[in-house]
Amino acid sequence: MAGGRIRAKLRRSNLYTFACHRPHPTEEDKTDEIEGPGYSRIVHCNKPHIHEIKPLKYCTNYISTTKYNFLTFLPKAIFEQFRRVANLYFLLAAALSLTPVSPFGPMSMIAPLAFVVGLSMAKEALEDWRRFIQDMKVNLRKASVHKEGGVFGLKPWMKLRVGDIVKVEKDQFFPADLLLLSSSYEDGICYVETMNLDGETNLKVKRALEVTLSLDDDPTFEGFDATIRCEDPNPNLYTFVGKLDYNSRVHPLDPNQILLRDSKLRNTAYVYGVVIFTGHDSKVMQNATKSPSKRSRIEKQMDKIIYILFSFLVFISFISGVGFIVKTKNDLPHWWYLQVPDREGLFDPNKPLQSAFYHLVTALMLYGYLIPISLYVSIEVVKVLQAIFINQDLNMYDEESGTPAQARTSNLNEELGQVDTILSDKTGTLTCNQMDFLKCSIAGTAYGTRASDVELAAAKQMVMDMDGQGQNGNGNFSEKNGHEFAGPEIQLETVITSKDEDAINNKNPIKGFSFEDSRLMNGNWFKEPNENNILLFFRILSLCHTAIPEQNQETGVFTYEAESPDEGAFLVAAREFGFEFCKRTQSSVFVREKYPSSQEPTEREFKVLALLDFTSKRKRMSVIIRDEKDQILLLCKGADSIIFDRLSKNGRMYEEATRKHLNEYGEAGLRTLALAYKKLSEEEYSTWNDEFTKAKTSFGADREANLERVSDLMEKDLILVGATAVEDKLQKGVPQCIDKLAQAGLKIWVLTGDKMETAINIGFACSLLRQGMRQICISSNLDAIVQDCRQAAKEDILQQITNGTEMIKVEKDPHAAFALIIDGKTLTYALEDDMKHHFLNLAIECASVICCRVSPKQKALVTRLVKEGTGKITLAIGDGANDVGMIQEADIGVGISGCEGMQAVMASDFAIAEFQFLERLLVVHGHWCYKRIAQMICYFFYKNIAFGLTIFYFEAFAGFSGQSVYDDWYMLLFNVVLTSLPVISLGVFEQDVDSEVCLQFPALYQQGPKNLFFDWQRIFGWMANGLYTSLVIFFLNIVIFYDQAFRLEGQTADMVAVGTAMMTCVIWAVNVQIALTMSHFTWIQHFLISGSITMWYLFLLVYGEMAYSLRVNAFRVLIEILAPAPIYWSTTLLVTVLCNLPYLAHISFQRSFKPLDHHIIQEIKYSRKDIEDGHMWSRERSKARQKTKIGFTARVDAKIRQLKGRLQKKYSTMSTCHHPIGQQQT
Amino acid sequence: MEMDGRSSSSAVIEADSVSLQQSRRSKFIHQFTQQSLPACKPVLSPPFVISVFFVVGLIFIPIGIVALHASRSVVEIVYRYDGECVPEPYRSNKLAYIKDDSISKNCSKSLKIPKHMKAPIYIYYQLDNYYQNHRRYVKSRNDKQLLHGLKYHDASSCHPEDANHGHPIVPCGLIAWSLFNDTYSFSRGVVDLKVNRKNIAWKSDREHKFGKQVYPVNFQNGTLIGGANLDPNIPLSDQEDLIVWMRTSALPTFRKLYGRIEEDLDADDVISVNLFNNYNTYSFSGSKKLVLSTSTWLGGHNDFLGIAYISIGTSLIFIAFVFLLLHVNNPRPYGDTSNLSWNWKPISS
Repeated sequence: MAGGRIRAKLRRSNLYTFACHRPHPTEEDKTDEIEGPGYSRIVHCNKPHIHEIKPLKYCTNYISTTKYNFLTFLPKAIFEQFRRVANLYFLLAAALSLTPVSPFGPMSMIAPLAFVVGLSMAKEALEDWRRFIQDMKVNLRKASVHKEGGVFGLKPWMKLRVGDIVKVEKDQFFPADLLLLSSSYEDGICYVETMNLDGETNLKVKRALEVTLSLDDDPTFEGFDATIRCEDPNPNLYTFVGKLDYNSRVHPLDPNQILLRDSKLRNTAYVYGVVIFTGHDSKVMQNATKSPSKRSRIEKQMDKIIYILFSFLVFISFISGVGFIVKTKNDLPHWWYLQVPDREGLFDPNKPLQSAFYHLVTALMLYGYLIPISLYVSIEVVKVLQAIFINQDLNMYDEESGTPAQARTSNLNEELGQVDTILSDKTGTLTCNQMDFLKCSIAGTAYGTRASDVELAAAKQMVMDMDGQGQNGNGNFSEKNGHEFAGPEIQLETVITSKDEDAINNKNPIKGFSFEDSRLMNGNWFKEPNENNILLFFRILSLCHTAIPEQNQETGVFTYEAESPDEGAFLVAAREFGFEFCKRTQSSVFVREKYPSSQEPTEREFKVLALLDFTSKRKRMSVIIRDEKDQILLLCKGADSIIFDRLSKNGRMYEEATRKHLNEYGEAGLRTLALAYKKLSEEEYSTWNDEFTKAKTSFGADREANLERVSDLMEKDLILVGATAVEDKLQKGVPQCIDKLAQAGLKIWVLTGDKMETAINIGFACSLLRQGMRQICISSNLDAIVQDCRQAAKEDILQQITNGTEMIKVEKDPHAAFALIIDGKTLTYALEDDMKHHFLNLAIECASVICCRVSPKQKALVTRLVKEGTGKITLAIGDGANDVGMIQEADIGVGISGCEGMQAVMASDFAIAEFQFLERLLVVHGHWCYKRIAQMICYFFYKNIAFGLTIFYFEAFAGFSGQSVYDDWYMLLFNVVLTSLPVISLGVFEQDVDSEVCLQFPALYQQGPKNLFFDWQRIFGWMANGLYTSLVIFFLNIVIFYDQAFRLEGQTADMVAVGTAMMTCVIWAVNVQIALTMSHFTWIQHFLISGSITMWYLFLLVYGEMAYSLRVNAFRVLIEILAPAPIYWSTTLLVTVLCNLPYLAHISFQRSFKPLDHHIIQEIKYSRKDIEDGHMWSRERSKARQKTKIGFTARVDAKIRQLKGRLQKKYSTMSTCHHPIGQQQT
Repeated sequence: MEMDGRSSSSAVIEADSVSLQQSRRSKFIHQFTQQSLPACKPVLSPPFVISVFFVVGLIFIPIGIVALHASRSVVEIVYRYDGECVPEPYRSNKLAYIKDDSISKNCSKSLKIPKHMKAPIYIYYQLDNYYQNHRRYVKSRNDKQLLHGLKYHDASSCHPEDANHGHPIVPCGLIAWSLFNDTYSFSRGVVDLKVNRKNIAWKSDREHKFGKQVYPVNFQNGTLIGGANLDPNIPLSDQEDLIVWMRTSALPTFRKLYGRIEEDLDADDVISVNLFNNYNTYSFSGSKKLVLSTSTWLGGHNDFLGIAYISIGTSLIFIAFVFLLLHVNNPRPYGDTSNLSWNWKPISS
């Protein structure tokens, strides 16, 4: 910003024809509507102190997105915690544990609950604290505010009040919703980037009222006084109604004067504005929605399991209750040694129902081990640790910006492993929104040797594939011949691309320019045959635009402030070619032209007679200039289809060649524009100009139509000069990432606010589209349709959708791929209830789907449609505030961090620095986390069923009295110490295959979306295993320790001995089980599993020795009673083996006869076959891709098919080989 | 390097080792955070599984045989006397018999020793349908009182056997109150067999759980008499039958050690048992048995363990053979790629 401000004030409105015409003279009658409810806001400009007292006291500019504050945290957070049914259940249990009904002491219930709730609350507090810090960062940003007497000073944003006058400089954010008063441009225009609001990348023009234009300097605000009456705060971004009472005249205000908070001032040195809406009143804050709390599918499924288990719990409690009634009523009176009824009435044979009720409560608590509170703790802990691993992954760390990946919530880790559809934003996500001038075609000759990213990667892939095939020698056509024919062509491409790669490394890159061709550079173009056309081409580049140059005073290099990045790239290109656009005045453009003939550049002035600017409808822009030789020229650039339609008969000389080049550029994923010109005679111009001026000065609804018509008259009979190809720089690794994700079986939809052509270009660039793919474009010709014919429009769209579906049905070729491209307007109809399923069905059939010009709302709606319509898991990825809706709506929202706007990241569940990290996030971390959590939950249920049911069985032997065979402490420690750490290590460290293999075999990812590891069969299998284990443990122990002496010294086992022996078996069985479940042992797992078992014995020793006043029964139970008895040890061995026998047999049977993919890969890895037999490995790797129709690989396959077809033809004419064409497919 | 090492001072070496340690630690941290710690990834290959099954089976069978042998070597005599010891007139109303203190509870019986019994011969009483594991029963004790006597008299858990006529009871609670009170004495011919009733309780119980200075107080003085009375002059730590009784059993059928005969009994010896049938099991129709048994390293007569070991060992070997057969008939080469899911479909279609 420092070196820039040397240009004179300009009246930008002169440059424009469409966008910024002056408003019509004030229509006083319109202001009447600003009365009554909804329009009560009064702003006293420059008198913020008035707004400090009621009733004009509006909210401050302090924003807070936190959920709690210091006072409300405790009650609110506790309330939140106990809104979870599970926690409430545990709270109830804890409360009951204080009563005599409880089968065990209160600590064993309260302590874990306090731990769980405390942990969750600490997590909440931490997250809220982070939000607070983020808020404060924004709140403490400094804004320049009018203090007094025309002096401006800095104030933090949060101190701003309604009525303050603020000055905002270039590239700063607006601190609140402002009324634009004046700008550095004489006519009060300013440019605003609204990326954060709606995601549109092109700049918007805002303009001040005529009356406030004079307020363009600090001192002028000294006595400034005005009053604004306007609408109340509302979330509508595109409307504003208000009036400004200034100098006792009333002026109406419209959205054009409003600068919204969180948008950014661009290309304008400074603006002055009055604060109208502050803080939470501002439109962007009004738009903010509470982010919904998301839960993963696995967790939802887990809830169902919990319900099942809870029903089971109630069921066995009920059985136990019935048993209790029978025993209490019939037998208890005879059991004289019990002396019933007791004081508390827990065992009262006379009131069996009352006692039974108490017993039911006791039983529910006693068997509560089926629904372990520790499951929630463990899952919470595991997820936090998994999130830490995600955050720590160096492969997802962006070194340039220093941003690591960030799991903002840990709730959804496992969901990452089950994603089916990715909905991606385009700008800033797939692309960096940086355009590079890469190639051009001038007068039918293609220039520019550097390959685009897409070409590079494609060529690489192709060479690799061909190599692989050659070595395997299983080509469909004989190897020798195949090489003879395929070789040279492929090699040629390799040579070119590899050269290019070198060039990139060697050269200092110029931003926006990566063109390379010595024929045009360094003035060599002069020697080319078509040098006149080339000159014209360069002139169009340097003249046909609306940009403003800015000179860096130190280096003298010009930079350009253009409305769109393409334009900027053109100007940089022109500068590099020697046509440096250096100055723009009100009526002229100055270009320093450098010819090889002379050393010094000559500065030429071109008078701009008219400028017909670019609109998405026109898809072209033109300037009419008068050069120094008084020649009038119309220079035009625009979408190729538009330009080609407007060529004159003799202007089509290069059409065919250019078309061919344009196709190639399109295929290479480049954005193309065609350039044309036309010479005008003086009369021609003046007659047209009269009409144009008339149209320009007309008012009313048809003004724009008029202008368009007149422009249309001018822009015809053009002469084609050439075409440009600009690379919309994809972010690093995007095509590869998309390729891999497609191979992993993921569907990728692009939802972009950009226009259709751009979106299609990017589709090509990312290989989401390719030449030869059938594009089903669904669009509504809304222009042709009169407003009230909604029905007709809908029918039209429905027809298009049906046609598309038909087309796909009819298609026989298995390689045919379809792409669906739909625009926002059409989408509004397509998303209506009666249409959306047709639309979705079509979209699912298509290999790629691109939605263009979609609003943020529509993005969210499409996301919801996919999510609800397919029932599969969706992931939305985006970087801007316009993606927030989609990010919040999707099952998983991923934000691209590292860019300026934080909204997307703030709303997201995961934040990554670049799109390419998505591959690792899903394929590695997602895959792992899914399996880990799935296995962990299954195991957890197994473990607690195995343990909990033994307690139930014992009841049948204890008169259903609610006595537990285990000591209280055993039960308390079972979940907390004795079995928790191995299961956590399973959840944190388990890897079925290592990360490299995950990436090499993307097909493994499909295990997640197919939910192979958490389907009901598996869950019930584990539960059955738990049931079996409990039966074995209980009955074996009971039979063995029944009535006989268990030691040489003749002692018989009492309850403590039986309970301890049984518990030992439980500990061994479940810990051995988890060792069998794991497939990845680092020393941590070894340590934790053996540690858990050791811990049990240690605990027994310590507990046995501990103050006997604590619990006398278990005193020295291990060393004195059990350890000397061989039967104790042999029972442990027997039970452990018998418990795990079926599982071991099952998994070895499955592995031997129905192996899953990861089993085989584990075996290959284990036997190191991948190193010994590299061919096999790489063959399997290439086979392991999911059949996909998008991505490079598909593209290369298609190309190879095509190539082979061609070769085959050649070959068959030469010899008598009869291999069918294009059959081979890898 | 070595030259350098020799010439440099020990401090340098130390610093080296410190930095080495540090780099090791940072390497560990790196591997840990990147989840690439060296790991062992065992694969359950068929040969491995088969040999595991086979080996475990081979280990189990001998264990089973030894255990079964041990169990079979135990000689056990079980004599149920609860019915027999009720005099004929009272057979229809046993409850009246047991509750009537005026009737002599004396009862004699001759037992023939089937096999040589080596000393020590353990004497047990076995009760049936007696729920010592009932929650009300289990809780009805005060461990602190047992150890420290009246100093700790918060005997709410002992209710209703916590106090009598306003005086606390030691030992309180239902368990102590219902102490088993049948007594046995044995004679071979005319010679009495000495029954050793010492050391039948766990040593730790005697020494640490029942106070040496704690004497029974106010015990069995209430209106309801439960079981045995205790000699108020003997401290609790020496009342071993109480200590044994206080170890509540896990199951409603249980044996408790009564004493030991420390003489060998020969086969075909006839011993006469003289017992006092005091304890009331008639109200809940529980049986009472007298058990004489020798013991081995495995404890008493317990065939189940040995049989279980043998049968599981056999089935393990059987499974190993089944696996082997399946594997031989239908071998899947180790790491065979044709089993990968992406290689299936072309074959099937």
